[in-house]
Amino acid sequence: MDAPRRYAKSHEWARPEDDGTVTVGISAYAVEALTDLVFMQLPEVGAAVTAGESFGEIESVKAVSDLYAPVSGEVVAANTDLPNGLETLGEDPYGKGWIIRIQPSDPGQLDALLDQAAYDALVGSQPH
Amino acid sequence: MPVQYESIVAEHEATRQAAGLFDVSHMGRLFIEGPRAVDWLEGLLTRSVRDLAVGRSRYTLLPGVDLTADETSDAAVILDDAVVTRLPDAAEATPRLLLVVNASNRPRVVRWLESQLPDAGVAVDDRTAATAMIAVQGPRVFAGTGSLLLSIWSAAEVADLAALPNYGAIETVLGGAPAIVSRTGYTGEDGLELVVDAAAAIPLWEQLLAAGQSAGVRPCGLGSRDTLRLEAGMPLYGHELTETSDPFAIGLDRAVDLDGRSFPGRAELVARRLGGPRRVGLQFGSKRAARQGDLVRLPEAEQACGIVTSGSFSPTCGCGIALAMVEPDAATIGTELEAVVRGSHLPARVVSLPFYRRPREAA
Repeated sequence: MDAPRRYAKSHEWARPEDDGTVTVGISAYAVEALTDLVFMQLPEVGAAVTAGESFGEIESVKAVSDLYAPVSGEVVAANTDLPNGLETLGEDPYGKGWIIRIQPSDPGQLDALLDQAAYDALVGSQPH
Repeated sequence: MPVQYESIVAEHEATRQAAGLFDVSHMGRLFIEGPRAVDWLEGLLTRSVRDLAVGRSRYTLLPGVDLTADETSDAAVILDDAVVTRLPDAAEATPRLLLVVNASNRPRVVRWLESQLPDAGVAVDDRTAATAMIAVQGPRVFAGTGSLLLSIWSAAEVADLAALPNYGAIETVLGGAPAIVSRTGYTGEDGLELVVDAAAAIPLWEQLLAAGQSAGVRPCGLGSRDTLRLEAGMPLYGHELTETSDPFAIGLDRAVDLDGRSFPGRAELVARRLGGPRRVGLQFGSKRAARQGDLVRLPEAEQACGIVTSGSFSPTCGCGIALAMVEPDAATIGTELEAVVRGSHLPARVVSLPFYRRPREAA
């Protein structure tokens, strides 16, 4: 069974895996808000990412949005199937719609992220 | 008007396949009336007004001095683009015209026009707030017995509308409410733009929405309005068209009647004619498009040879498209270029315009 996800306020989710890596994606709420996705820019495997800083971009018809790393570390995998099948983000945002996998430099950073209840509360308070 | 009601792509496709409803009430609606109205406007627009018959609309540029600018200058610039309509005369054969302008330019257009009014003989009445404007665009607007119009109004009312030529206009009563209706639009589809009193706007909108639902009619926001007009190769003021644009370099030859006419800035317009960059259409190899301000260059070139004025994903094409101003050497159809987009280079090809042309029925 998957470990519970944690969330950044910028709507990325992070899930710790058994091998110590952290899988990252964007939440169903974010995907629904974006609509009309046309492009995604992924980082290279091996790239360093810093918590709170942009690691890539997602583009809809109307706007380009940054993707922010929930934790710092090194990119060990990127979902290269995703940019050619962006509808997967909508269909399975927490499974096949994963975006990158990070080897975290400080696993403690996960604790600073929102748990499911806190994230649900954040989403509930957003204008719809 | 929101950016989108549900999805830009869905609203765009609804307009191309069925019909889209657009609340375009934000646009300026200036009513110009008086015995001298035609002669006065004749000297202020780039298109002739004297030969504009009652019941006809015309796309024009509106040159003038920007009296709202912080730094005043006497130079006339292109203040806006607009559609001018000759309405039926008022009493005693007094000419009446409607000038529809962009929302963002309305203040300076009104300031300029008012500064040019003679002591008597013509008045400008800005009725933007007192009226509303709804556009209904797409193949299902008129088409046959399933038409959107027939599901709301009587056959007689609809016959008048269906008889309108392209860019024709009438003043009529629809469902009890006075309306000015023109066969114009900003999507590349056939359709109508309706101007009604503000109080009639919501009932009209709801009527059109309800009647059209089973036919696939959708309300459309600014996002799809932009992708639709871009596919149709239509300019957006502030992007393709600016204060110092050369209309002849951006495909707007039809917006300028030069012969035997004068208007503010005519000499400067003629002087810069075809002396610089040209408008081209660009098609990208992926869904991603360059956007306004992105530079364009020949592949691997050091210097830019152009700049994008508008760009977006095109639902009809399934790829990115853009309008750009490029050096004449790079403007030939088929030229391979690349756009510099946030650090990456997006391959693009110069294609002919418009990107989309609606299918015409055989005569």
